[in-house]
Amino acid sequence: MAGPVAFFALFFAYPVVAIVGRGLKAEGVWQFGRVGEVLGDPDILDVLWFTTWQAVASTALTLLIALPAAYVFARFDFPGKQLLRAVVTVPFVLPTVVVGTAFLAMLGRGGLLDELWGVRLDTTVWAILLAHVFFNYAVVVRTVGGLWSQLDPRQEEAARVLGAGRFAAWRRVTLPALVPAVAAAALMVFLFTFTSFGVVQILGGPAYSTLEVEIYRQTAQLLDLPTAAVLTLTQLVAVGAILAVHAWTVRRRETALKLVDPAQTARRPRGAGQWALLGGVLATVVVLILLPLGVLVERSLDGPDGYGFTYYRALQSAAASGGTFLVPPLEAVWNSLQYALVATAIAVAVGGLAAAALTRRAGRLVRGFDALLMLPLGVSAVTVGFGFLITLNRPPLDLRTSWILVPLAQALVGVPFVVRTMLPVLRAVDSRLREVAAVLGASPLRAWREVDLPMVRRALLVAAGFAFAVSLGEFGATVFIARPDNPTLPVAVARLLGRAGDLNYGQAMALSTILMVVCAVSLLVLERVRTDRSGEF
Amino acid sequence: MSTTKKFAVTTLAAALGVSTLAACGGSGDDESSTGSKSKTVTLVSHDSFAASDAVLKAFTKETGYTVKVLKSGDAGAALNQEILTKGSPRGDVFFGVDNTLLSRALDNDLFTPYEAKGLDNVPAALRLDGDKHRVTPIDTGDICVNYDKKYFADKKLAPPKSFDDLAKPAYKNLLVTENAGNSSPGLGFLLGTVAQYGDDSWKGYWKKLKNNGVKVVDSWEQAYNEEFSGSAGGKKAKADRPLVVSYASSPPVEVLYAEPQPKEAPTGVATGTCFRQTEFAGLLKGAKNEAGGKALIDFLIGKKFQEDMPLNMFVNPVIKDAKLPELFTEHGVVIDKPHTVAPDKIADNREQWVKSWSSLVLK
Repeated sequence: MAGPVAFFALFFAYPVVAIVGRGLKAEGVWQFGRVGEVLGDPDILDVLWFTTWQAVASTALTLLIALPAAYVFARFDFPGKQLLRAVVTVPFVLPTVVVGTAFLAMLGRGGLLDELWGVRLDTTVWAILLAHVFFNYAVVVRTVGGLWSQLDPRQEEAARVLGAGRFAAWRRVTLPALVPAVAAAALMVFLFTFTSFGVVQILGGPAYSTLEVEIYRQTAQLLDLPTAAVLTLTQLVAVGAILAVHAWTVRRRETALKLVDPAQTARRPRGAGQWALLGGVLATVVVLILLPLGVLVERSLDGPDGYGFTYYRALQSAAASGGTFLVPPLEAVWNSLQYALVATAIAVAVGGLAAAALTRRAGRLVRGFDALLMLPLGVSAVTVGFGFLITLNRPPLDLRTSWILVPLAQALVGVPFVVRTMLPVLRAVDSRLREVAAVLGASPLRAWREVDLPMVRRALLVAAGFAFAVSLGEFGATVFIARPDNPTLPVAVARLLGRAGDLNYGQAMALSTILMVVCAVSLLVLERVRTDRSGEF
Repeated sequence: MSTTKKFAVTTLAAALGVSTLAACGGSGDDESSTGSKSKTVTLVSHDSFAASDAVLKAFTKETGYTVKVLKSGDAGAALNQEILTKGSPRGDVFFGVDNTLLSRALDNDLFTPYEAKGLDNVPAALRLDGDKHRVTPIDTGDICVNYDKKYFADKKLAPPKSFDDLAKPAYKNLLVTENAGNSSPGLGFLLGTVAQYGDDSWKGYWKKLKNNGVKVVDSWEQAYNEEFSGSAGGKKAKADRPLVVSYASSPPVEVLYAEPQPKEAPTGVATGTCFRQTEFAGLLKGAKNEAGGKALIDFLIGKKFQEDMPLNMFVNPVIKDAKLPELFTEHGVVIDKPHTVAPDKIADNREQWVKSWSSLVLK
């Protein structure tokens, strides 16, 4: 408990409090008048309203579309399942500017819908909502699916034997067990969409603005710290309220479950209904995820003289000519992987410890800490980045120009994922098992290793996968934090898109494709990690 | 509980250990930035800074200092970070304050005055800080409307030349520009219209533009790569706007980054719609390596760096005797009468202008 608390206090609470404090304190006097001033501005109120309702709508839509997929991934075996599970996570790592391109190609002028039915959705709220589903699909599939695959199907079967109908059995047995995971996934999707930045800007057009965009403008562009501080506080209050609602729904629901090995629960679909469900889910994945990704791949291959690898070759030759603008793509891959590994290590360590501590106790203080862990998802990268600047500027912690800041900032976003994925599973572990182990003479550490670890290993891998993906695709903090020039893949993509010229555009698409492949391969490797029963981490 | 704690500490230590190990691999930071007798000079800049390795090596050869470049976001964000860390800067020299942000930097007293060697080689008109020498001009660039040559040739329509033209019915629904609130070309274009029509009439002009179907998107990337029919991305996206707010240097860039290189640029520049941007560098107050910083500023307005700049950052050199690369002389245009607005006037009105513009154009 002490480790995660210290980590959060130092790298999150302190910087954020400092930057908000600097905004609200002028000449040593607290300027609370600014709060009323800013919140009385009708424009700001519009932004707040839009931010909230689009996040609610996006979350609902994501759950609606992704929950059947969670079921399919948990309960069915079909060829290519692992590959597909990795692929649906790919959107998560793509820079929004690239996703915007893909979505415009589908929804915009001359896009798929336009060709088929003459429908154009760009600069409408639908484009924003669909893109949010695209981004967050994996969150639901992985968190809910992860737990679902470990629920013992025999419990539901027992209910059926005792005379419950199919739906009743599901509603009485499986659903209550899933609630914590669904709530956790919904919470994360909400926080992500609530603080959405690029998607709203690119697909909604300048007429739509979220709180996050406003905070960025006030902080990074206008340096109007007082207004930014009020907005940050507003964001914190809103996120706090959501967390409270979440805690209240989940509190009574987390019960010990009988978890089994996921390998035993999945089987081939049987009967027309199940095949139809599988087909429906796969069709959704194809339309919603593979098509936009396919657009990017297609554009990366669509060279000036027909299809080919012109742009991929250009990546190498341009980089070879030297200069501080371009790095060899392999170097960017390597930079990205390094950051992601470090960020994942930090996130898994901090998040794992926090989850373990949160499982043991359920006091009010602990619950507060649980909520606190989620806050980084609801605070804008620019607030944290600028907070780092004014707090980590003195020895022994002058980290302002240190590379470690980047993975630290990324880990802040990764930790909530780790906690949310592991906690439902850890809490589902029957504590009597631990007690038995203790009675038999195992030390707490040994008991944890023998009882908890085998049960949460799957969740741990899912969590690590998320932390890794978050870091791989993270763009905000990476840009704000001054770093010696070793760009990550998303940064390199953004740079290329920021220049005119056919080759630059094509290389940006090629690099995005490389980023997708790196992400998918990394996740596949992670899925394959199998620790044997007695193994260590 | 105590064992849990112990376990916690060990794991954390292990994780941090692992991460440190993992990172020892190759983060090019070979020395701590706190060495007082350091042979490193640190340049803080925005993400668009670029220079060729050869030129940076030449600097090291001449002076003995190695340049370390730190980038932190776009021009506005990078400058604001410097303002926040005033007095204990992250580097020695800051590059990338342009004339739209200059007053903010000067009012915040970021820089130690330094008269660079070779400054007389820079036209006085560009030295916006007069003889106080807090900042040194390094490059200029023009924000102008670009047009898609093919579109206008096919339509047998003359491309627009001026702001007035853009509001004419012949060019209805053809122009895409950027959000002036968070895109620097978008702001430049707005400032250009303010310079042309004055404080009172620019809003009237924008009303006309709006009625003439101007489209506003959020960023240059989106305007140029998605909406503009003259760019590679735009062609693939079946873009239908042959006019975009971009830079005077964009056509040469289109030539340079094409395979094979065309004889003629696919895009042209509407020369009457340009707003002049000048970028400056300054020696940061509290710099750890002042001598190195001064040497670096001298170098930035030296011939080597000035002649290297155009093909790396696509901007124009400021010194009189720098030779432009062939690509620029052949495919670029020289903007004789760019529009300008005085830095202090920008500082005083910028927010108000952007606000009025937003409610006028975006709502």
